[in-house]
Amino acid sequence: MSKVFIAFQLNEETRPIIEAVLADNPHAVAVDSPAMVKIDAEGELVIKRESIEALIGRSFDLQELQINLITISGHLDEDDDEFRLSWPK
Amino acid sequence: MAVQALKDYQFSPADSQDKFHGGQLLYVGWDDHLMFCAPFAYCLPPSTRFGDLCEKIMAHSFGYHPDWKKVDFATVTWLKSGQPFQPDMNKTLAELGLKHKDILRFQTPGLKGIAGTCS
Amino acid sequence: MDMKASKKKLGLKEKYAHMTRGLGWETSYQPMDKVFPQATFEGIKIHDWDKWEDPFRLTMDAYWKYQAEKERKLYAVLDAFAQNNGHLGITDARYLNAVKLFLTGISPLEYVAHRGFAAAGRNFPGVGPRVACLMQSVDEVRHAQTQIHALSNYNKHYDGFHDFKHMLERVWYLSVPKSFFDDAFSAGPFEWMIAIGFSFEYVLTNLLFVPFMSGAAYNGDMATVTFGFSAQSDEARHMTLGLECIKFMLEQDPDNLPIVQKWIDKWAWRGIRVLTLVGMMMDYMLPKRVMSWKEAWEIYFEQNGGALFNDLAKYGIKVPECLTQCTEDKEHVSHQAWATFYQYGGAAAFHTWMPNDEEMDWLSAKYPNTFDKYYRARFTHWRDEAEKGNRFYTNTLPMLCQVCQIPMLFTEPGDPTKICYRESEYQGEKYHTCSDGCKHIFDDEPEKYIQAWLPVHQIYQGNCFPEGTDPTAEGFDPLAAVLDWYHFNNGKDNMDFEGSRDQANFAMWRGMATKNT
Repeated sequence: MSKVFIAFQLNEETRPIIEAVLADNPHAVAVDSPAMVKIDAEGELVIKRESIEALIGRSFDLQELQINLITISGHLDEDDDEFRLSWPK
Repeated sequence: MAVQALKDYQFSPADSQDKFHGGQLLYVGWDDHLMFCAPFAYCLPPSTRFGDLCEKIMAHSFGYHPDWKKVDFATVTWLKSGQPFQPDMNKTLAELGLKHKDILRFQTPGLKGIAGTCS
Repeated sequence: MDMKASKKKLGLKEKYAHMTRGLGWETSYQPMDKVFPQATFEGIKIHDWDKWEDPFRLTMDAYWKYQAEKERKLYAVLDAFAQNNGHLGITDARYLNAVKLFLTGISPLEYVAHRGFAAAGRNFPGVGPRVACLMQSVDEVRHAQTQIHALSNYNKHYDGFHDFKHMLERVWYLSVPKSFFDDAFSAGPFEWMIAIGFSFEYVLTNLLFVPFMSGAAYNGDMATVTFGFSAQSDEARHMTLGLECIKFMLEQDPDNLPIVQKWIDKWAWRGIRVLTLVGMMMDYMLPKRVMSWKEAWEIYFEQNGGALFNDLAKYGIKVPECLTQCTEDKEHVSHQAWATFYQYGGAAAFHTWMPNDEEMDWLSAKYPNTFDKYYRARFTHWRDEAEKGNRFYTNTLPMLCQVCQIPMLFTEPGDPTKICYRESEYQGEKYHTCSDGCKHIFDDEPEKYIQAWLPVHQIYQGNCFPEGTDPTAEGFDPLAAVLDWYHFNNGKDNMDFEGSRDQANFAMWRGMATKNT
């Protein structure tokens, strides 16, 4: 199985996003570098709009992720509720 | 294979000999002396004597290396395009059959660069 | 950010479908093949353009909204950086030289990428890829502008930042990245997408932007890290476009496979050669290092690229053969490249230096198989000579590879003590290349590469002196004339960092910033 990853700039906006991603994907591992964090996960990684909204207390559009996104690996599928990265099995 | 193109695709080479004002390109590399990061490129008249290439032109380029003063051209072996080549020091590039964009490597037995690391 | 995410009338998928399916039409005044003359000549067969799907499903309204937000964030930082003398907060003035190489070697290519994606968007008959190329084209011009803008602040204080556009067209080492993009741009739109959209964006830009920008943060360069990450936030979309494009081509027709494979092989190798410059920046030009080039290579190329090629195997795509060579090269290329710039430091628009003892120990630790064995003695010798006032500057022009245009500095597979020589003949003329990878590319399309504008040969042809120069005049100094033609300030932009004006100014200004005298 291959790993997918996503990296974000480290700032106040991404803190709750990273927290939500790690809670929703228990198999994911966060690796810190200066000014950024890279989250690696075997096979698949899912970012859920509702989980982020629960942490920030306002509605959130998943396309806002783009502002602080650094890089991704894997096939992406995005809709209104989920941002999903995967390598098909 | 040929280039896939919308139209006929034929162009003349950018570096044919006629563009070098009577000179020809010659490349020279010194094996086991990577202190010089790459072979040198020279543009020389075909009438250049091989001995002048070694004693004047190459001496100017390679002379910084502490091994240079130990080079004995009597024992140097030469390769032209990877094949053995035996130059006569008194002949010219043209007389030796050296053509535009030929590549020479020379090997100096016993000399292995800085601290023997081929530098 | 405080943006209202109101309840949408249409979902993401519907909005995207409307924009990319509803807005296209079949032309009737002119036949489609006349309107899109570049769509077929490369041999790629497309049967249904509607099978193209952008996984981000980005529409123009959302695109402008988020790009505007990125710009606001970026310029807030740039203003703060300029207002607070941010340039004095970097670790060490040597660091600036990495930024100079970035400005001269990379930022102008963002502009070329802008043009290339505009052209690709114009030439694809399908609406989905056209919209994606349009967005990428606008992204790329944004990158060029923000990089130039951010780095213009350094131009107020330091040497070598003054004329990147002029230099790109002329300078010997800048011909390496320039010729890479020229090669891609002069191909058809599908090859461009594999070259830049897939190989460069998907496989290689992570190596350029991610560890290097993190390195800029580590070295206190707030301006560079901010434009870098701002650019990189678009790259995720670009990588997705590249991957989508390759999947689309492979799914459309089985005849596309050998063509795509050939392009992947070619462009992976071309890209890897260009990245030699980035390897050197990471290992030698960042005073405070985040990770070695080799480590970055392993994470972003071997692991990430490995996952990608595992996935593409289902279409019949094979890992490019040249990549076995890279596993060996990752231990050498950064050292070989720095050795090259050090000795040609008289002809570079940035400063060079030899690493100090502590830095050499770091290199030994990161490169246990190679640094001490092949490079340390050479570098120590040069440093000792420089201390004796005998700093090494090569006085003769190097031989260049006909394809990648890098000096012939790479070594033979399996023997890092011997230069790798490869030779081809085409229509009675000899051509030299640095590797099996470059020779293979040459032999496949010799008509293209015989036209290469090789800086060394151009100098010898007399094409690189200022207008009116007489090379036959007594006392003619060819190097000085070439540097003049490059618009270098000879003695200020070039030569060793030790003793440079940048070094003296940085020390003086930092002293003024921290003391009251």
